[in-house]
Amino acid sequence: MKCDHCERPAVVHEHLIRKGVIREVHLCAEHALEAGLAVPAAQPVAEVLLHIAKSTQGDAARPRALASCTGCGVSFAEFRKTGTLGCPACYDCFQPMLGQVIERAQAGGTAHVGRAPKAAAEVELRRVRREKLMRELDSAVTAEQYERAARLRDELSAIAPDAGDAPGREASGPSGPAR
Amino acid sequence: MSPASSIIDVAALARLGPEPDVVISSRVRLARNVSGLPFVNRATHAQRHEALRLLRKAVERSVAPGLAWLELHGAAPRDRTLLVERHLVSRHFAESDAPRALAVSPDERTSLMVNEEDHLRIQALQSGLALDSCFAAACGVDDALAGAVDWAFHPRWGYLTACPTNVGCGIRISAMLHLPALRMTREIERVQNAAKDLHLAVRGYYGEGSVTDADFFQVSNQTTLGSTEEALLAEFRDVVLPRLVAYEREARQQLLTRDRMMLEDRVHRAQATLGAARLLAHDEAMRLLSRVRLGAALGLLPVDMARVQRLMLEIQPAHLSLLRPDAGVGDDAERSVRADYVRQALS
Ligand SMILES: [Zn+2]
Ligand SMILES: [Zn+2]
Ligand SMILES: [Zn+2]
Repeated sequence: MKCDHCERPAVVHEHLIRKGVIREVHLCAEHALEAGLAVPAAQPVAEVLLHIAKSTQGDAARPRALASCTGCGVSFAEFRKTGTLGCPACYDCFQPMLGQVIERAQAGGTAHVGRAPKAAAEVELRRVRREKLMRELDSAVTAEQYERAARLRDELSAIAPDAGDAPGREASGPSGPAR
Repeated sequence: MSPASSIIDVAALARLGPEPDVVISSRVRLARNVSGLPFVNRATHAQRHEALRLLRKAVERSVAPGLAWLELHGAAPRDRTLLVERHLVSRHFAESDAPRALAVSPDERTSLMVNEEDHLRIQALQSGLALDSCFAAACGVDDALAGAVDWAFHPRWGYLTACPTNVGCGIRISAMLHLPALRMTREIERVQNAAKDLHLAVRGYYGEGSVTDADFFQVSNQTTLGSTEEALLAEFRDVVLPRLVAYEREARQQLLTRDRMMLEDRVHRAQATLGAARLLAHDEAMRLLSRVRLGAALGLLPVDMARVQRLMLEIQPAHLSLLRPDAGVGDDAERSVRADYVRQALS
């Protein structure tokens, strides 16, 4: 199973409770650390929930940047010295400091709007849809619209690419050439 | 025609392009990195070979055939320098001994640097003001490779690059400008200050790290995030570049009306020196050719500007040694051969 936020395999699988809705999260090591979740996931759920509860209060809510990249081992101090990063994962590991560095260098630019690989566009589209459905689900549950919530849950679980991990959910059926 | 002189003919910059009086060349470069590998500076020897193998396969399968694939780590020093002089690779890229390659089209207008600072740099280079066709050529290669390689891409930061100041579009749009009048009128500093305000980088004739002591300046965008490639191109082509070109042309007119004698004196002296010198160092030759080029552009000298453009290519050390292989070795031999070559060309 892939991480919810990137293409790496998920190593942390947790159920988070927010506003009465249980949400499944699947995260790679970096994104789990960024979200304040401990890695590995062998800890008791109660402890993880406690950690989340603490981290949503005050300063700790902001994700903390890591001292060195979990992908390549480059430290933020090394980056400061050389001006070059070690691998793509550095971009997530060194948030939020790196974001400030980039925005300062980019004269106000804060997000990419140009060309994109086709596959990435699809991944991003799925992410945006998933988040939108998640918000709708939150509000449906809050409003006690259970039928709507159930429908939204179905829609959520139908979004690829996680669907690809669940056998039998693919519409194309058993693999083989299409007619 | 000798093989040595045909190597000049095929160079992207051997001829004049549009607006040649001020614009020497245009270039568009796109930076890409392979997903799942560390950036080049952090990659092991094996990982660099892996990037080479992967990209070579993708290029051979996807990009129009006919690209020559040159592995630089095995190349002789003169061949490497030759590529720097043709503006196909950076000095840094030419001098390193790590696994890396250059793929280049027969007309040398399109080339790919593999394992420079980023795994891949797609570049399109043309004479004169030709930013649109450079942009189209670079995007053409990017499109062709789209299905063949997974690039490191981030939903917020766009194409991920080893240097975080290139993220987003990973695009560098640049023009090599000939600005002798701005230098003579001492207004070049004003231009350099304006460039800073416009978020432009100003470099020398051989790009990054080269000094700007001659009259040739490479100007390029520094902003790569928050605008589309088209918007960045439009800004550079329609706002930035016309302003710099107009500055230079105004300075030339100002010299013609207010300091005509001084101007004529300088361009004629330059021509005379080139016609009489017996020893000519490369930097001195470039300074003098710059003035002759200015004289040709303003009609003050009966010299063909296209010939000057070609000479600028020919008199570089590696090219010169290719054109005159019988010349002796050493500094004096090189300077003597260069002086002879230029005297013949301009007589
Ligand atoms: Zn992740
Ligand atoms: Zn890293
Ligand atoms: Zn090797």
